[in-house]
Order: sequence, then C-alpha cells, then structure tokens
Amino acid sequence: MIEMINVYKKYPNGIVAANGINVEIEQGEFLYVVGPSGAGKSTFIKMMYREERPTSGEIIINGTNLAKLKASRVPYLRRQIGVVFQDFKLLPKLNVYENVAYALEVIEEAPSVIRTRVMEVLELVGLKHKARMFPTELSGGEQQRVSIARSIVNTPKLVIADEPTGNLDPETSWEIMNIFEEINARGTTIIMATHNREIVNTIKHRVIAIEGGLITRDDARGDYGYEG
Amino acid sequence: MKARTLGRHFRESFKSIGRNGWMTFASVSAVTVTLLLVGVFVVIMMNLSKVADDLEKDVEIKVMVELTADEAARATLEEEITNISGVAEILYSPKEEELNDLVMDFGEDLRLFEQENPLHNVFYAKAVNPQETEAVALAIDELDNTFEVKYGKGKIEKLFSFLNTSRNVGLVLIIALLFTAMFLISNTIRITIVARRRDIEIMKLVGATNWFIRIPFVLEGIWLGILGAIIPITLVTFLYYKIYHMLSPKLEQGKLFELLEFSPFIYQVNALILLMAVFIGIWGSFMSVRKFLKV
Repeated sequence: MIEMINVYKKYPNGIVAANGINVEIEQGEFLYVVGPSGAGKSTFIKMMYREERPTSGEIIINGTNLAKLKASRVPYLRRQIGVVFQDFKLLPKLNVYENVAYALEVIEEAPSVIRTRVMEVLELVGLKHKARMFPTELSGGEQQRVSIARSIVNTPKLVIADEPTGNLDPETSWEIMNIFEEINARGTTIIMATHNREIVNTIKHRVIAIEGGLITRDDARGDYGYEG
Repeated sequence: MKARTLGRHFRESFKSIGRNGWMTFASVSAVTVTLLLVGVFVVIMMNLSKVADDLEKDVEIKVMVELTADEAARATLEEEITNISGVAEILYSPKEEELNDLVMDFGEDLRLFEQENPLHNVFYAKAVNPQETEAVALAIDELDNTFEVKYGKGKIEKLFSFLNTSRNVGLVLIIALLFTAMFLISNTIRITIVARRRDIEIMKLVGATNWFIRIPFVLEGIWLGILGAIIPITLVTFLYYKIYHMLSPKLEQGKLFELLEFSPFIYQVNALILLMAVFIGIWGSFMSVRKFLKV
C-alpha cells in the first residue's frame, strides 16, 4: 500500500531529515514510528501526505507516486488519507459538527450523506452530544477526538497521526488509543509517530525507529526501545 | 463544482461574516470611510466639471453681418458658416431682435431707434469644441459680408486654461484617492485574512482545493464591500438631494451654470460606489488568500 524507495530529504537550511529510507507498509497494518526528536520522524510522516516533498527517491501510496504528483493533485491525495495532528488543527470558527463535515464538503458529498456520516463518526469518538460546541469549549482530549473523527469521516484506507497524544494527559491518551485501535480493527492502516513508550510497549504493533534520517530498526511486534 | 457546493460557499461566507464579528466591523468601517470620501469627492468633481462645461458652452461667436448685404448674401453667409467644420450650431438674430434685446436691457427710450435701426443683423455661432472657438471665429472672419466677428478674445483663453487646469487637478486627485482607498481597504482585508492564515493551512491539509478555499473568501469580500457601501450611498444621496434642491432654484436665475440633475446623476454615482466596493472586496480577498494557498 505504501512504499518508500531510497527517499532523501534535505531542507534548504542543510539539514538532512531522510537519508535513504526504504520501507513497505501493508494495508491494515498499525505502525508506530519512534525515535528521538529531530531525527526525521515528522519529515517521514509529512512526506506521506505531501506537506513535504522528497529531494529524491520515490514514495508510492495506493499506486500514486508522490514524488511526481502535481501540486494541483495534492488535494485529491489528501482526501484519501486521514491526518491527525499533535495540535489538532481544528478550524476555530467552526463547531465540532462543521469541522468534521468540512472533510466531506470538500469532496462535494450530498448533504444527507454528510449528516449521517458525521453523526456516525462523532458517535464513534463519543462526542455526539457536543456537536454544536466550538473547539475552544472542548478539552484537549475532546479536540483530538474531533480531529480523529474528521480524519476518518470519508473512510480513508490510511490514517496518519503525528504524535496524536503529545499534548494529552495519560488517561486521555489511552482513550485516544482505543479509538485508533477500533479504526484499525475495521481494516484502516494506521501510521503513528509517537514519543509515548508506555503505549508502544503495551499495545503491541510494528515499530519503526528513525535516527539520523535512517530506519535503524523495524520490528514486527516491537518495543519503544529508548530510555526515559 | 456542483451547484450545491456553490450554495454551501454562499452559506459559509455569510456565516463567516457573523462569526468574525470584529474583523467584519474593521473591514466594513474601512470600506465605509474610504468610499464616503470617494463618493463625496466624485460628486464635487463631477459638478465642477459640469460647471466648466456650462461656462464653456456659453462661449459663442457673434458674427455681425455687413449692412450692405442683401437677403441672398445673408443666406449665403449662413450656409457658408454652417459648412465650416467645427461649427455646432448657428442662430440668426435679425437687427429688430437685437434692438429688442437692448430695449429689454436698457429701457424703453431706445425704442426711438425702431424707425432707423442702426444695428447689424447677427449670427450667433458655437463651436463643436468650445476650445476651438478662436479657430472657428477666424475662419468665419475670412468669409464675405462679415462686418465684425467677436468671440471674447483674451478672456476665453484664460477661462479655458483655468478650466483645463482644474479638470486635470481634479482627475489626479480622484485617481490618488482611489489608490489610497484600494490600499487601505485591501490592507484591512489582508489583516483579516492573515488572521485566518492557519485556517487556510488546515483547509488545505484536509484536502480542499484552492478554489474551494478561495470562493467563500471572495464572496465574503463582496459582502463586506456591499456592507461598506451602504452608509456612503445613503449619505451621498441624501446630502446631494438636499444641496441640489437648495441651490438649483438660485442657480436657475443666474442661468450661467447648473448642478447635475439629481436623477440620473446620483444613481450613476451610487452604481460607481457599489461597483468599486464589490471590486475592492473581490480584489482584496483574492490577493490576500493567494499568499497563503501554497501549503
């Protein structure tokens, strides 16, 4: 489903964030991406939804080569991928319902479909009763659940999460993980960059470690593997 | 794009106006102030230009016909004057009429001259372009059977040069004011959109195309422009109505010049204000969004 071949990424300021990455990810996998800060985790993640473009190499997602993707086609790529961010990235002027609905409005879905789909996913993340509230009226965990709801509302085959629990307390983090587990159980591929060793060591999945822009470890049911 | 998406964009743009309360207020105020300035200024300049035109139109060439000329010679002269290119209209005033005018101006005593009228038959000619009066007058002077051709030599040159200068100054001022208005308003709109830079970034990350993001912003720009045009249009219309009805009766007595008729002039000005408002709204939001769409 996802294939990276010899991917290099050098930023204009000279930092090399990817130094020849090769990886293959199958449909339905749950993958943790771990590694120290500044080692290239975020770049690895960002290249998958084309927020960053590789300097060289190929990234193939569902048969599309992102290295050759035209800028005008990027929105259509992003519609096939749900993305969850550490800082939630909700639209502050839209309420919970509208934030989730936005992902369906961009694909020009019929209003009746939008209504049922949005309420379905809000039910899944347990926020049906807060549909009319605005992001600022919600706790961090609730905002992250809205963000997750938005990422899965158009049933993408792939959900990418960049430290989704990074801003949340431990208890809320476990709730969020349960939601991801449920999404994964439905057959959606999940790629999650994280610093949370407890989660990685408890809910066992494939673990990729990135250091110095290289994949240094790739275990089918691995541990977090770093001290502290 | 599907029709219902367009409907969605309309709804979204209205909603955004309400939810961005203070930003809406700031942009609308900026539009209001500048359009009011532009509106008032346009009304003043257009009227000054009308006054200038009126003054110019009053410039005429008085052609006194030779006393010896008979009816046939007079008719020939009339035809010859009409044939000069650049002559707009020609009016014949026989010496009896000329005398009548004098009697009106200076009193009944002059009726004595009705027995032996010493005046000339006169043609009054006007140039198509008043600024060419001198050339036309000289051409008429060349013709046979003209006794004297008068056109206010010296005075009209000064009048024309004064009117031309004031027209140019007015034009420059209007253009300068328009640029200031554009700058001020687009700047305010830019600030409101910079405030939503993050929103645009998020929209792109969720898979919105550029047009999907742009259209609601542009529509919002249009509504802001229209909202900002309400007060200037109302005020300019009201003030001009008052001034027009106060000044017109007095000016009519003088007959030297008139203000532009309330209708259709004020509707044209209003249409101009509205058009500018809409244009500024579209342009301002379009340019500002463009900067942030490259995520």
